[in-house]
Amino acid sequence: MAHKLSIFRGLVTFKSNEQKIWGVLIFLSIVTAVEVALGIIKPAFLLTPIFGMKGLNWIFIILTIVKAYYIAWDFMHLRDEKRSFTSSIVLPLLILIPYLVFILLVEADYIYNVMLEGFVSWNF
Amino acid sequence: MEATTNLTENENVWGGGNKPLNASYGKMMMWFFIVSDALTFSGFLAAYGFSRFKNIDSWPIADEVFYHFPFLHGVNAPMYYVALMTFILIFSSVTMVLAVDAGHKMKQNKVAVYMLLTIIGGAVFVGSQAWEWKNFIKGEYGAVETRGGQILQFVSADSGKRVALSSFATSQPTDRAQHSSDKGLWYVEEAALPTYSVSELQEGFLANPDLRVKTEMIDAETGHKIVLDRAASEAKIAQAAYVVEGANLIRNEYGNRLFADFFFFITGFHGFHVLSGVVINGIIFFNVLLGTYERRGHYEMVEKVGLYWHFVDLVWVFVFTFFYLV
Repeated sequence: MAHKLSIFRGLVTFKSNEQKIWGVLIFLSIVTAVEVALGIIKPAFLLTPIFGMKGLNWIFIILTIVKAYYIAWDFMHLRDEKRSFTSSIVLPLLILIPYLVFILLVEADYIYNVMLEGFVSWNF
Repeated sequence: MEATTNLTENENVWGGGNKPLNASYGKMMMWFFIVSDALTFSGFLAAYGFSRFKNIDSWPIADEVFYHFPFLHGVNAPMYYVALMTFILIFSSVTMVLAVDAGHKMKQNKVAVYMLLTIIGGAVFVGSQAWEWKNFIKGEYGAVETRGGQILQFVSADSGKRVALSSFATSQPTDRAQHSSDKGLWYVEEAALPTYSVSELQEGFLANPDLRVKTEMIDAETGHKIVLDRAASEAKIAQAAYVVEGANLIRNEYGNRLFADFFFFITGFHGFHVLSGVVINGIIFFNVLLGTYERRGHYEMVEKVGLYWHFVDLVWVFVFTFFYLV
C-alpha cells in the first residue's frame, strides 16, 4: 500500500511510513503537553469569555480536534483512502455532531436562565 | 492491495469480492461501525454538555475532584495522572500502527511484538482507570447534602483546604443499625450507613470555629467555589439532611449528582471499549502467533482491529478534554 508521507500540507515529509508514525506521535505528545500545561497554569488572560465560553476552553477544544484529525488521518490511514470513502465517514460526523451539540447547548443555556430568573429556588 | 478490483475483473457483481471505494468489505464495515459508535459517544458527551450548561454556575471543578497520583498520597496533583493515561493510550496507538505497518510488510515477528506492546498498553490504561474509579468512589473528605440536594463541603478558614469529616465529627451514642434483610421485614434492606450521623457533624461543626462551608456555587469572577462566612455556614449546616462519603449513582461528595452519573457512564463505557479492544487484540495476537495471517497472505485483520483500537484512543482524547480540561 502506498502511503502519503507528508503532514502539515507537505511542510514535513517523512522517508518511510514508520518514521511518519513517530513524527505524528511527537506532534500529538506536544499538543497534549501544551493542553496539560495550559490546564495547570490557566493563564488569566485566557479566562475571559469568547462566544459564551472561556477562551481557554476554546483552545482545548480546537487542540482536541487537531489531535483527532491526526489520529484519524495518520493512525487510521484516512489519508491513504479514497477521497469519497473518507468523506462518507467524516461528513456525517461533521454535520450531525455540531448540530446536536448546538441545539443541546442552546437549550441548556435557556433552561439555566429559566432556573436563574424564574420562581424556582434551589437554595434550600 | 493498491489494485482496484473493478467490475471488468469480476464478472459476477453480486458474488462478493468487490471493493467499492477501494476498501475491502471488512474494513468498510469496521469504519461504519466506528461512525455509529462515534455518534453514540458524541450523544453521551453532548448530554454531558447539556447538563453542564444547565448547571453552569455550580458544576464540580475537575481539578478539585481528580488530584490523586499513585504513590503521592496527599499531594495535590490535578491532571497529571490523566495526562499520563492519555500518553499511555496514544503510545499504545502508535505500537498498533507499527503492527499494521509491519503487517503490510509481512513481518510476522514484528507484528506479534507490536501487538503485545499494544495489549500491555491497553491493560495498563484499564488498570489506571480502575484506580481512578476507586479514588472517585471512595472519596477523601466527605460532605453533607441539604434537603434540596446541595452538596456542602468543609474547608478550614485558615488554609482554605478541604477538611475531612473524621477530623471534626463528634461521637454520639446511637442505636441506629443498618437494616438488612435478615432483620425486621423480609427482603427489605438499606445501603451501608455513613460513618457519621448528621447531628454528629452539626455538633462538631459548631464546636470548631475554624470551619467554613464550601458551597457548590462558583464565583463567576474568580472561578472558585464560594466559601460562606461563619454565620452563613452555621445557618447552612443546620439544613443538612444526609452525610455523603465518596460517590455512587445516587449522590456524590463532589457536587451535582449528574456529575458522578456521567463520569461513571462515559468513562465506564469507554473503559469497556478499551477492555473489549484488549480482548480482541489478544485474539488477533494469538492468530498472528499461530501464523493464520501468514497463511492467508495478508494482515488485514490486524489493520481492522487497529482501526477499532485507534478509535478508542480517539474517544479518550475527547473524554479527556471534556471531563478533565474544560
